[in-house]
Amino acid sequence: MQAQAQTPPPQPAKTQPLADAIVQKFPGTTIDYVREKRLKVTTTPEKIKEVALFVRDELGFDHISCVSGTDWIAKNEIEVIYFVGSVSKPGQEAIIVALAERSKRDEPSVPTLIDVWPGAEYHERETHEMLGVVFSGHPNLKNLLLPEDWNDIPPLRKDYISPGR
Amino acid sequence: MTVESEYNPDADRIMNVALGPQHPGAGHFRIQLWLDGDFVVKAEPDPGYVHRGEEKMSEYRNYIQNVPHLERPVILDSCGILFPYALAVDELMNNKIPRRGQYLQVIMAEINRIVSHMYFIAIYGIFVGHTTMITWAMGDRDFWIDIAERIGGARVTFAYIIPGGVRNDMPQGLTERAFKTCDWFEKRMDEYEKIFFKNPIFLERSEGIGVLTKEDAIRLGATGTVLRASGVKHDIRRDEPYSAYPDFDFEVPSLTAGDCWARAYVALLEMRQSVKIIRQAFKTIPAGPVRLKLGPQPRVPAGEVYARTEAARGEMSYHLISDGTPRPYRLKIGVPSFKNMIMIRELLKGVHVGDIPPVYWSQNFWPVESDR
Repeated sequence: MQAQAQTPPPQPAKTQPLADAIVQKFPGTTIDYVREKRLKVTTTPEKIKEVALFVRDELGFDHISCVSGTDWIAKNEIEVIYFVGSVSKPGQEAIIVALAERSKRDEPSVPTLIDVWPGAEYHERETHEMLGVVFSGHPNLKNLLLPEDWNDIPPLRKDYISPGR
Repeated sequence: MTVESEYNPDADRIMNVALGPQHPGAGHFRIQLWLDGDFVVKAEPDPGYVHRGEEKMSEYRNYIQNVPHLERPVILDSCGILFPYALAVDELMNNKIPRRGQYLQVIMAEINRIVSHMYFIAIYGIFVGHTTMITWAMGDRDFWIDIAERIGGARVTFAYIIPGGVRNDMPQGLTERAFKTCDWFEKRMDEYEKIFFKNPIFLERSEGIGVLTKEDAIRLGATGTVLRASGVKHDIRRDEPYSAYPDFDFEVPSLTAGDCWARAYVALLEMRQSVKIIRQAFKTIPAGPVRLKLGPQPRVPAGEVYARTEAARGEMSYHLISDGTPRPYRLKIGVPSFKNMIMIRELLKGVHVGDIPPVYWSQNFWPVESDR
């Protein structure tokens, strides 16, 4: 889903070169949006580790900010997004790169990125329990926030209805 | 001391102990510990005892109904946790917030930062056996809550920062009182330094303990006071200025030690900067309206946005996806306590059992916030 910009956004002076660098290196990736301080890139689960290493090592985004997931039930897909920022490269502290990948909703499986950003470990565990995404290679995917005996579909899926609703 | 590589969890000498979830200090949170005598060989945080499903709840409520329940996870810093939500909705709706509203947002966010840091220092005192600090800091905290009450109408959960600005204007005659509180509080912080931060007993309990290096802090995604105590000068208020922050002159304090003492002291230095910001804001607040009228059920255009602010505990972020209906399609709440939780596991390795309280509490960890 794309943002419908009503007014022309400010000139994305710093994010555009980053987007160009990623597309040049990985021609298969899609740039979803380029804003003044935000950049979203979608790639595939097969390629995400290469792109992540490029974003971390070449572009300097060394600090994991958040990992989010979305259930796109109409498209039968689950999206996993890594939001990464930079704390040590001067000039791009304000920028957040959103690195997204999509997987089939029936059996979502993506590689873990904790060897790229070790801070993502608990975030991935939460995404696993809330959306049912299996992060292959993750050392521990036990329930974190949900009870150990949770016996239902993952609660942030759109077909899970909260009790009483 | 056993290093992790050579310990065997089945060996008799390793004892498995649960700290919490009803520990008076740890709150609604459990840490599983594997102990070898007096040393921690492994620690595993176990949150979830106060998980309320805020993210799922927000998919059933409209953008205004979401305001009160989103501030509940961390009522000490209720404006800090709502701030990025308001920014995210404003960004999608393309709202231009009136200047006076932005100044009030900043004033309340900074008062909440002080209130939250005071609570942090107060409980820190009791954790290391320093009873004076809990009585002083808890008492002094109330003067700030009094000012927040005059502005927001409640003492902890204000629902004050909302999409479109702030809920109401501040009362007349508050500025004088705020200046008085600022003057008094600055003197008071000097006294805190003498009785707590330079106190040999506290130094003994915290200096050189639970050291987080700069590299590890970045690698593990630390945020807030934890990150700045390890030598990284990263503050979203300065690096990605939002709301009225570009108008104010303040510094980003950071220390290099990365130990339990530095994580406490950086909070005191931050409160000094907050007082500086509050004073400037009251001095230069422009006249005018404080909010946009959005109506009871605002229509948010379809789109996706990631907004973040510097809350008291660190980077507070929301990933909001709207599909054009009155309710969010997805709202991911990225809370600083959850981001810092991995540090508890890493820093508890190898410490004495007696050092667990300062190592745990110096993360400024709030279990309810982490669980959402």
